[in-house]
Amino acid sequence: MDLNTLWFILIAVLFIGYFFLEGFDYGVGILLPFLGKNDEERRIVINTIGPFWDGNEVWLLTAGGAMFAAFPQMYATIFSGFYLALFLMLVTLILRGVAFEFRSKDKRPGWRSTWDWMIFLGSAVPGLLWGVALSNLARGVAIDANMHYVGTFWDLLSPYSLLSGVASLIAFTLHGALFLSLKTEGEMAERAHRTASRLWLPAVVVILVFVVASYGSTDIFQRLGVNPGIAPLGALAALLSIGYFIRERRHGWAFVASGANLALSVLTIFSGLYPRLVISNLNPEWNLTIYNASSSEYTLQVMSLVALIFVPIVLAYQSWSYWVFRKRVSRKDLEY
Amino acid sequence: MANLDLARLQFAITTIYHFFFVPLTLGLSILVALMQTQYYRTGDETYKRMTKFWGKLFLINFAMGVVTGIVQEFQFGMNWSEYSRFVGDIFGAPLAVEALMAFFIESTFLGVWLFGWDRLPKRAHLASIWLVAIASNLSALWILIANSFMQEPVGYALRNGRAEMTDFLALVSNPHVLVQYPHVFFSGITTAAFFVLGISAWHLLRKSSNIEVFRRSANWATVYAVIGVVMVIMVGHTQAQHMVQAQPMKMAAAEALWDSEDPASMSLFTVGDEPGRRDVFSIRIPGLLSFLAYNRFEGEVKGINDLQAEYEETYGPGDYVPPIALNYWSFRLMVGAGFLMLFLALYGLYTAIQKKTENAPRFLRLLPFAIFLPYLANITGWLLTELGRQPWIVFGLQRVEDAVSPNVSAETVLLSLVGFTLLYGVLMVADIYLLAKFARDDSSLSPEPDSAQPAPAASF
Ligand code: HDD
Ligand code: HEM
Ligand code: HEM
Repeated sequence: MDLNTLWFILIAVLFIGYFFLEGFDYGVGILLPFLGKNDEERRIVINTIGPFWDGNEVWLLTAGGAMFAAFPQMYATIFSGFYLALFLMLVTLILRGVAFEFRSKDKRPGWRSTWDWMIFLGSAVPGLLWGVALSNLARGVAIDANMHYVGTFWDLLSPYSLLSGVASLIAFTLHGALFLSLKTEGEMAERAHRTASRLWLPAVVVILVFVVASYGSTDIFQRLGVNPGIAPLGALAALLSIGYFIRERRHGWAFVASGANLALSVLTIFSGLYPRLVISNLNPEWNLTIYNASSSEYTLQVMSLVALIFVPIVLAYQSWSYWVFRKRVSRKDLEY
Repeated sequence: MANLDLARLQFAITTIYHFFFVPLTLGLSILVALMQTQYYRTGDETYKRMTKFWGKLFLINFAMGVVTGIVQEFQFGMNWSEYSRFVGDIFGAPLAVEALMAFFIESTFLGVWLFGWDRLPKRAHLASIWLVAIASNLSALWILIANSFMQEPVGYALRNGRAEMTDFLALVSNPHVLVQYPHVFFSGITTAAFFVLGISAWHLLRKSSNIEVFRRSANWATVYAVIGVVMVIMVGHTQAQHMVQAQPMKMAAAEALWDSEDPASMSLFTVGDEPGRRDVFSIRIPGLLSFLAYNRFEGEVKGINDLQAEYEETYGPGDYVPPIALNYWSFRLMVGAGFLMLFLALYGLYTAIQKKTENAPRFLRLLPFAIFLPYLANITGWLLTELGRQPWIVFGLQRVEDAVSPNVSAETVLLSLVGFTLLYGVLMVADIYLLAKFARDDSSLSPEPDSAQPAPAASF
């Protein structure tokens, strides 16, 4: 395996980590205004992700930095090309980040509910936009011979990509509901359980419709063949098993299954792309690939060394922090 | 305006805004960690109260630093795609290392610290704030390594139409970063010191409850301020010497020095005619610029006209003169603020040693206003650094006009520029409101009764 492939895998891993981890805290943010019936309940909801959300977001920042370091052409092409979509995402992420810190620092109900809605927006909008972004990557966008995106913002919003956005939104929400059922107690946990069981069927339907649409819109499934392999089948099995685990009230397993569904779905998309990074729908010659968009061999070597040392360390202490805060959150331990 | 100017304006606004929060994070994280260390060692509750009080202000500031940093991570791709393609091989590396080595630690252990007060052994809890402090200051190192490459490219070769890395160690030990990092580190210390000093002075004047917290905080901050300011000035001097070697045009602009001089005089106050490249009026101290540059009162410092001619020979025809008035005044304001702070810090040290700080109301009344000084110096310092590099984005290698994204229209940039500016304006108001609220609020120094009763549901 060459270093270009290694970095393709590493970036896929960073995105998988991001979707798995930030996925549930987007879900929690989306459910916040609906599951928290009063201020204290809302604080409980927020505090379930209190110690984690910022660390989870760094998965995205690292994915961005890693892309810049390993595939600078991809970094330049995507972020200048998807400019307005990214702008929208950044604005809502900013609002969300300060909202966690600000909302409980003033007692006025108007102040608090304003920031609660910012948490909602800052979770729902990125949740939707990630689906839109991934589907555009999978299907291909208007890239010219100089690796510049020449389409418009509206070209990114086809029915297919919006469908993908809804699919990711609902998958994150389900993931969040399951997380809440694990991290809260009593009535609150029960409410989260009911929400999850109500969300499951719609999630299955939307995701299956999306998969079928993908057959028509992308070449991923043609490339994968009749037997698509372990990742997409595993994603499907995980998705279906969530329903079973919810009914059996085995929330830990349901959460794991939901995470597996997200992770394997991202993996499916990335393995469908390989070795391409950004597909040009104007001319296949103009695709960005892991070879024509990459950094020099030397940079990849240096960065591989850094990544192989630090990624395991990060995984170790982040897991440790989840272990420290493994208990369910009750009204006694509210910081935010 | 063309998309180039809009993109520049947007970068200036978003980055200065980010750096509004950064230095306080850098300095205050260490100070809070020191306070908690003292609590750990002595068990004295006053230190715990100090940790919690300043810790809360730290958190509010930190949150703003984090969210404005997210924009930084992506805007090179958004507005400066050609720059990203040109230097990505080199520039992306420190950014990725920063995220892997620093941001992960910072964000994870801040959560551990904030939520871990009663859940972790004291030692582990103390370690977590130290990790936050170290990681924050480490993140500054990596981003400044990236920035230093733009000021003084090293460890690269031009291949395939871009700058490719040939020597990672050279990049990391760039002579520019060796002077820049200490300057920024101590400017962080200075910023935190004046922040703590100003707020403590306010409480000392009011004779707030728990006065001991502020008495001690003021003493700590005074020592911190003396160390910070003295170091920032000394390093600044070294930095200026380095600048004369590496980017002489920046120094010439910062001094409005039109023609080379030996010995070179330093301007105290100049009104210049920028297009005509001459002084209208100027007060100068003979020999001082030579001293700044070489530690002796002679030696040639090159002037703008000579450098322009020299650069035209090396890089071809073009205008190599950065905006002079802005550079000149930025330098004056930074240095002026620096010496004012030096004076305040030394006077503060004098009263503290005499144990009369509390009986010096006029001095105490001044201090809350002095919070503004480090912020002024930080902003003008960056303006000098970045504007003085014009017209280059990467010194000698790429011009700013060749760096901007060609496929992003002016309307699009304008939209995001207006959007970010409005958003940042609103957040600034909310942030200052909260900072002011908690800076004044000494009730939080006693155990809080908060949320014992469920608050009424907010209606929506
Ligand atoms: C000298 C220091 C310094 C400078 C010049 C910059 N930053 Fe910064 N940045 C920090 C020092 C810092 C910090 C002290 O580490 C922050 C501020 C508050 C915080 O949470 O971390 C931070 C936060 C921060 C974050 C959020 C990290 C998180 O979620 O924890 C990102 C993504 C960036 N920065 C990225 C950048 C980029 C791309 C810059 C270049 C234009 C930049 N920063 C300039
Ligand atoms: C946080 C501290 C910083 C501040 C306050 C700052 C300030 C500025 C300002 C005011 C400009 C606009 C200059 C102009 O209008 O021409 C600018 C431009 C720029 N700076 Fe910085 N800067 C900072 C750090 C950095 C760092 C760390 C980098 C790179 C890692 C960087 C890269 C750039 C780039 C790419 C531009 C745009 C091109 C240009 O206009 O020169 N800056 N910065
Ligand atoms: C009083 C004496 C000071 C001198 C002689 C001095 C000198 C300098 C010089 C020469 C630069 C430009 C470096 C370059 O572009 O290569 C600079 C930048 C800067 N200064 Fe100062 N400085 C002084 C005081 C201060 C103070 C008091 C602060 C803040 C508390 C400060 C904050 C900064 C910052 C943030 C930068 C931009 C980052 C950098 O390039 O290092 N300076 N200073």
